[in-house]
Amino acid sequence: MSDKQTSMRTPLSRVRYLGSAHSGTDHFWKQRVSSVALVPLTIIFVVIIIGLLGRNHAAATQILGSPFVAITIMLFVIASAYHMWLGMQVIIEDYVHSDMKLTLIMCNTFFCFVIGLSCLYALVKLSFGV
Amino acid sequence: MAHTRRPIERPLSPHLGIYRMTLTMMMSIVHRITGGALFFGTLLMAWWLLAAAAGPTAYAKVQAFMGSIIGLLILFGYTWALIHHMLGGVRHLIWDTGRGFGPAEREWLTLATLIGSIGLTLLIWIVGFIFMGGAR
Repeated sequence: MSDKQTSMRTPLSRVRYLGSAHSGTDHFWKQRVSSVALVPLTIIFVVIIIGLLGRNHAAATQILGSPFVAITIMLFVIASAYHMWLGMQVIIEDYVHSDMKLTLIMCNTFFCFVIGLSCLYALVKLSFGV
Repeated sequence: MAHTRRPIERPLSPHLGIYRMTLTMMMSIVHRITGGALFFGTLLMAWWLLAAAAGPTAYAKVQAFMGSIIGLLILFGYTWALIHHMLGGVRHLIWDTGRGFGPAEREWLTLATLIGSIGLTLLIWIVGFIFMGGAR
């Protein structure tokens, strides 16, 4: 912000209202936090997948239901769903300027929750074997 | 406001079309495309996990699809998209700290993510095929 005052608003009030979108760097920061979490989680996830290759259902479910693997994949699922929720919102906001924008942003939210919850449900079921 | 107004034709700021294509620009676009692909790719992960939770019949169907030519191609692309987006993300995290913006550095970083993602994807698949043969 320049020193030249172009509005009556004080710099403090600008900061309080967190800029034109009223959210400041909130969205940006959440995207970074989830991306940092996803770096190690993605690496472990890939290693787990390699370990599951070629195994039948019985062996695969046993591995997927073990605490370390289940918790790691759950964390991966939560971080991924959150990260892609934020990411897809930005993509929609960048390219969609019609009335469809809000609908698509809503669909994005629903999709991420459905995917996230489905994966978590499956992993809980595999862990507790109900 | 009674009659409809035509939007005023204002000059637009220069956009993608007028710039020379550079590697950093390409990788920026690819980062977004891989992100979008991974968004829809989670459908496969959800299907796979739900099938594992459902039982052997459902899991066999997933395994049959993943083992088919189309399935393997999708998985290969998925692997590359995942690794590329991850490495691209690390590059962005480095840039977020204010480092790596020099003319040589940024080119080097960008090229490294591309070469790294291709190399790691191939490595993962080589290891994967060894495991598939060995750990059955």
